Amino acid sequence: MILDGKAPTGPIENSWDKHRFDMKLVNPSNKRKYKILVVGTGLAGGAGAATLGELGYNVDAFCYQDSARRAHSIAAQGGINAAKAYPNDGDSIRRLFYDTIKGGDFRAREADVWRLSQVSNNIIDQCVAQGVPFARDYAGYLDNRSFGGAQVSRTFFARGQTGQQLLLGAYAALARQQKAGTVKLHPRTEMLDLVVVDGVAKGITVRNLITGEIESHWGDAVVLASGGYVNVFYLSTNAMGCSVTATWRAAKKGAFFANPCYTQIHPTCIPQHGDKQSKLTLMSESLRNDGRCWVPKKAEDCEKHPKDVPEEDRDYYLERKYPSFGNLAPRDIASRAAKEQCDDERGVGPGKRGVYLDFKTAIDRVGVDTIKERYGNLFEMYEKITDEDGYERPMRIYPAPHYAMGGLWVDYHLMSNIPGLFVAGEANFSVHGANRLGASALMQGLADGYFVLPYTVSNYLAGITPGAVKDDHPEFKRSVEEVQAQISKLLKINGKRTVGELHRELGKVMWEDVGMARSDASLNHALKRIPEIRDEFWNNVKITGEANELNQQLENAGRLADFLEFAEILTKDALHREESCGGHFRVEHQTDDGEAMRDDENFTYVAAWEFKGAGNEPELHKEPLRFENIKLAVRSYK
Amino acid sequence: MNLTLHVWRQKGPKAKGKLETYQATNVSEDESFLEMLDEVNEELIKAGKDPIAFDHDCREGICGMCSQVINGKPHGGQERTTVCQLHMRSFADGDEIFIEPWRAKAFPVQKDLIADRSTLETIMQAGGFTSCHTGGVPDGNALLVPKPVADYAMDAAECIGCGACVAGCPNSSAMLYTSAKVAQLAVLPQGKGEAKARVKSMTDALLDEGFGNCTNHYECQDACPKGINVKFIAKLNREYIKSLV
Repeated sequence: MILDGKAPTGPIENSWDKHRFDMKLVNPSNKRKYKILVVGTGLAGGAGAATLGELGYNVDAFCYQDSARRAHSIAAQGGINAAKAYPNDGDSIRRLFYDTIKGGDFRAREADVWRLSQVSNNIIDQCVAQGVPFARDYAGYLDNRSFGGAQVSRTFFARGQTGQQLLLGAYAALARQQKAGTVKLHPRTEMLDLVVVDGVAKGITVRNLITGEIESHWGDAVVLASGGYVNVFYLSTNAMGCSVTATWRAAKKGAFFANPCYTQIHPTCIPQHGDKQSKLTLMSESLRNDGRCWVPKKAEDCEKHPKDVPEEDRDYYLERKYPSFGNLAPRDIASRAAKEQCDDERGVGPGKRGVYLDFKTAIDRVGVDTIKERYGNLFEMYEKITDEDGYERPMRIYPAPHYAMGGLWVDYHLMSNIPGLFVAGEANFSVHGANRLGASALMQGLADGYFVLPYTVSNYLAGITPGAVKDDHPEFKRSVEEVQAQISKLLKINGKRTVGELHRELGKVMWEDVGMARSDASLNHALKRIPEIRDEFWNNVKITGEANELNQQLENAGRLADFLEFAEILTKDALHREESCGGHFRVEHQTDDGEAMRDDENFTYVAAWEFKGAGNEPELHKEPLRFENIKLAVRSYK
Repeated sequence: MNLTLHVWRQKGPKAKGKLETYQATNVSEDESFLEMLDEVNEELIKAGKDPIAFDHDCREGICGMCSQVINGKPHGGQERTTVCQLHMRSFADGDEIFIEPWRAKAFPVQKDLIADRSTLETIMQAGGFTSCHTGGVPDGNALLVPKPVADYAMDAAECIGCGACVAGCPNSSAMLYTSAKVAQLAVLPQGKGEAKARVKSMTDALLDEGFGNCTNHYECQDACPKGINVKFIAKLNREYIKSLV
């Protein structure tokens, strides 16, 4: 099937303004008749739930944590982009649009990216009004920094905790609506099924994580804002509870999964320390503004103390390979370059999977106090984990899975192919193409939540009768029974392997075969291994405890079961995409000097996969991408 | 290293709990405290026993989910450190470690080390926000906030809402938690308009939810993994008095 993204036509500068006018509205006195379900309370879900509640709809919001404030948006450190152009350095909506399309390696939809760039400015104003303590100068004006491969200073930040502060802003807006009674929050509740009635999304089935009770909720529209899926790699920078479950269960009900192979590997993470490690920790890539990446030129120097490697024997590989962007090269490029050095036996630290990030030059230039002011909390975090002082000795970093550009397919309205099912934030595929730029995830989450969903969900609701289907419909009962059956099945296996062991095993395959460099052979190897691990899981997993109680093993088992199906689609997408673009690097498709080679003629499309059951071939649907405002060009940072 | 753990086990909110003893063996000093517990749990599962339930999520010290009293100290007592950022190199071979949940009337235990902290949510809903609408707000630079004021607000805003201040306080007071939000919004021009109503409704909620009052022990500041200063409690008190006149 050829998918239509329903992007507006005509001049792109006016596309969102015109479209907003064209969309239908719901009369204020009718809004209270509609109910909207929002799954996830991070930036997209929290902002969306609060805003829809404020408009007058009845909103039920769900999160698996004990509070909406704990969603993993909170961990974003560096900042949020906006085209305010306060520093007068040549920024504009068009430039942010251009940078995002180019940064995404020409695999995103133009109209969506334009809208994002346009509303970026409203986001900053909104957050300021909420009391988000952005960095300011002594006169009181908002401060900016340059970030993640941008040549203008368009990033707003709140120390190294920008995600936290923005989330607390959305959380406060949500608290205000909870008090007003428009939003009802269901914490410690996990979505386990999407209820579809006659092809339309009409509700969800959830598990109360405290009591184990399975219950259904009806809604006139369902919004999934459940985040990304890179815990499919087991070790990642995501929180332990992040999973593909909400989006995957929707995919099992017919929602198409778009571009799952676009995963982002973040270059500045703390290297793995051992086999028992449960997660990887990211340090803001703002560190690359002042840190210089290097490895020894000679493999025999790798074991030496970095101070004993003389300047002429160091390879500042990013500065060498990309003289104009240097250490600020975008994430996918910087990650791949680090891997190349380590594959060349010149990595440092345990297992030689690490590169140095050295602040000596910056400290000599601006003094240690300035560096402390800029990155103090990151140095502190680094020292806690590694027991090393980053001011005295270069930090060691290595890339780690961090963000999913892929997600459920949505049209310009953020609506999936299932009418009534909206998908926002990291959970959808829309604006980052094949690679996300730094400080753009926060921007997208809040854009979707505050400024897109309120319009597009209203437009959808205006065309349907409120409460036409409620939870007395037989589909709800069926959904509850299906969920209960799966839980019983899991608890009955009573095998010998733990969920943790099997997740590690899957993660190892995904990281080695479907990680930073993918080949036909490695992907086929993964496609052989994933079903084996899935069979092992369904025959030999051991989960203690019962269904009707707080049971964290059972929660993890359900999430792993979904990863074990989803991993196969991710790998098949990577195998089918015979080109290298952004975070997707196929070793068969590179230039002589190792740069990614896109194939625009054959692959300028969104790959949206329809799940046909575990072990069956998924069906590929394509949405062709058209570039009318920006010329397709080779993405060069040299 | 090898350690002996004494862990609070409690089947459910109404069940009686007690300390159970477990051995943690071959622990690496590079592991985090929670990774050490993961390993203990793996062994328990393989032995067909119920693993220790504990709250955790981001494991990088920012989500505020993890919440354990270790050897009598919330988060283990290391300065500016959450449980998830506590590493095993702070312990020695042969150590005995006592692990308990947050203990407060306002935080009933749900299972093992997991406490119900929804009372903290109620305090925030009572007024921890500015009543701005989405859209229709002025330009971000229309409200000038000089750096010292922005920094003061940010110092307060760093609170991760974990509840260690409550667990550390002999009165089980949530005053540090409440004051951080009151102070942040009281100094910013965006929040000033509602400052009087906010401090009143938030402190009312604090008392209604079963938290104690503040009697200046400063244990909260000691327990806080983000270094939130008790000066914000003084600020809350000043705001409270101002609200009465």
